Amino acid sequence: MTNTLSPALVISGLIKDVGPVAGLDGRMKRVISNISLTAHFGAVTALLGANGAGKTTTIECAQGLQPRTGGEISLLGQDPHKADAGLRAKVGVMLQDGGLPPSARPIALLKHVASLYENPLSVSALVDRLGIGDFADTTIRRLSGGQKQRVALAASLIGNPEVLFLDEPSAGLDPQSRLMVFELIRELRDSGKAIILTTHLLDDAQRLADYVYIVDKGESVAEGTVQELLEQSTAALSKRALTFEASPQLDTEPLLRSGISCSESRPGSYTLTGELTPVDVGNFGAWCASNNIMPTSIHLASQSLEDVFLSISGAGAGNETRGNL
Amino acid sequence: MSTIFHDSPAGRPATLSQRIISHGKYEASTMLRNGEQLVLMAVMPLLGLLALVATPLLDDMGHSRVAIAAPGILALCALSTAFTGQGIATGFDRRYGVLRFLSTTPLGKGGLIAGKVIAVLVVLLLQMVFISTVAAFMGWRPPLSGILLGIPLLILGAAAFTAIGLLIAGTVRPEATLAITNLGWILLAAVGGIVLPAGKFSSSMEAYVQWLPSGALGNLMRAALIESRLDVWGLIILLAWGVLATVAALKWFKWN
Repeated sequence: MTNTLSPALVISGLIKDVGPVAGLDGRMKRVISNISLTAHFGAVTALLGANGAGKTTTIECAQGLQPRTGGEISLLGQDPHKADAGLRAKVGVMLQDGGLPPSARPIALLKHVASLYENPLSVSALVDRLGIGDFADTTIRRLSGGQKQRVALAASLIGNPEVLFLDEPSAGLDPQSRLMVFELIRELRDSGKAIILTTHLLDDAQRLADYVYIVDKGESVAEGTVQELLEQSTAALSKRALTFEASPQLDTEPLLRSGISCSESRPGSYTLTGELTPVDVGNFGAWCASNNIMPTSIHLASQSLEDVFLSISGAGAGNETRGNL
Repeated sequence: MSTIFHDSPAGRPATLSQRIISHGKYEASTMLRNGEQLVLMAVMPLLGLLALVATPLLDDMGHSRVAIAAPGILALCALSTAFTGQGIATGFDRRYGVLRFLSTTPLGKGGLIAGKVIAVLVVLLLQMVFISTVAAFMGWRPPLSGILLGIPLLILGAAAFTAIGLLIAGTVRPEATLAITNLGWILLAAVGGIVLPAGKFSSSMEAYVQWLPSGALGNLMRAALIESRLDVWGLIILLAWGVLATVAALKWFKWN
């Protein structure tokens, strides 16, 4: 029986070199230079970072799929690279690329994976729970990305693992499927499982994670609960954006003060940015009233994990990255 | 809310034998449902047997046409299934991440390879029954001692070709595996000494071809099933190929 008081996964000072790389004159390339994390039972731990930051390499080392160059990894108290069948049965893995044979049918594949466990979950119950029934007999190559994602998730759950690795679990999902997967992940967490997921989607981390590690260029650069991370970055906390749509070419001069700027990104679409205070919001209302302006839309954006990420990683504040690093 | 996760016991692996047999069955059924592989595994050997028995190509070799053709065609079955079929399937499994996913389950890497070997043996058994039955209808009557000697030799050949197929599938891209194993099948089947003794073409070619795993298996099968004799030199060559390919596959096979 696993001691659920101990962490499910502990990574200390992970180092990973790959290569030899032709572009480096045949030398090895260091893709992970220092990543440490701890994942607990009954919690969702997220690795958040841009593509290529080292998230997948980190969890593949934790799953035992890749050998590490340095550092220590303890998965359920064991070295995952020397995992025996007993350890592998307690760990569910959903790979980023699915790992599903294109010629297989979901129901046959799930039954086969179930046969590798002594007491697997009911395949039919899992098929129902994940809404796979409609395409259970369709070959995997004919499924949409979201459908494949659900089959891969079911395959990772069939053994009822104690630890679950999910690499980009919401990639390719339509909004409805995404909500279903989110609900399932919360249910798994509530049943006491340790869930380690990677994502480059800030919204996923913000909505799902109990604890977040921000990974950048092969290093863990920040960690904490979502709230803690938000509080860590005072720069990000102080920034707000008030966007509104109204008639083009309005005189927004009265809204400005030191540290507050206003831009009209396209005709009639305005963004007020800076250290906005309630007074600024009140001034905006008064400015609308006094100039007889009726905006067609008003949106006050709160700071997000993205602001923290951008603040910490120095990735730039381009709006094009919003919600998708 | 569903409670399927609460109500079930935490993950425990099935026994080693259950896992390996289950995966062997899964791999074998996958191979047998693949139309292209069926052509390679059943239709081509059958056409080869029919062609060799129907034409005078083997007439001056001291035995009936079918007696010389059937052992070579059985060896060709091992080449088709273990080398080309399994090599291509493994190459594409590797491309799609199937090997990586299955290696994270209780099956593991060792179980995965063992399951593939079982699948090859199951399919090979079906091929043996099929080809032997057709050959028997054509008058093939191999000696019992030859049959008892030939079966383990065919299994050894399948093991050696599986190792070579996995070595290729695990080190190059799947498209290259497809090209190499298909081209290899054609060349080895035509002039590799597996279906026809290389001496049939020229003695100089025989000197080279006997060193190939195909030539060694062909010679072993013909010696066993025609003369009930163990070709020791062929056995050493085939064992050497099997050991070298296994060591190389263990060293260089990439799961990613």
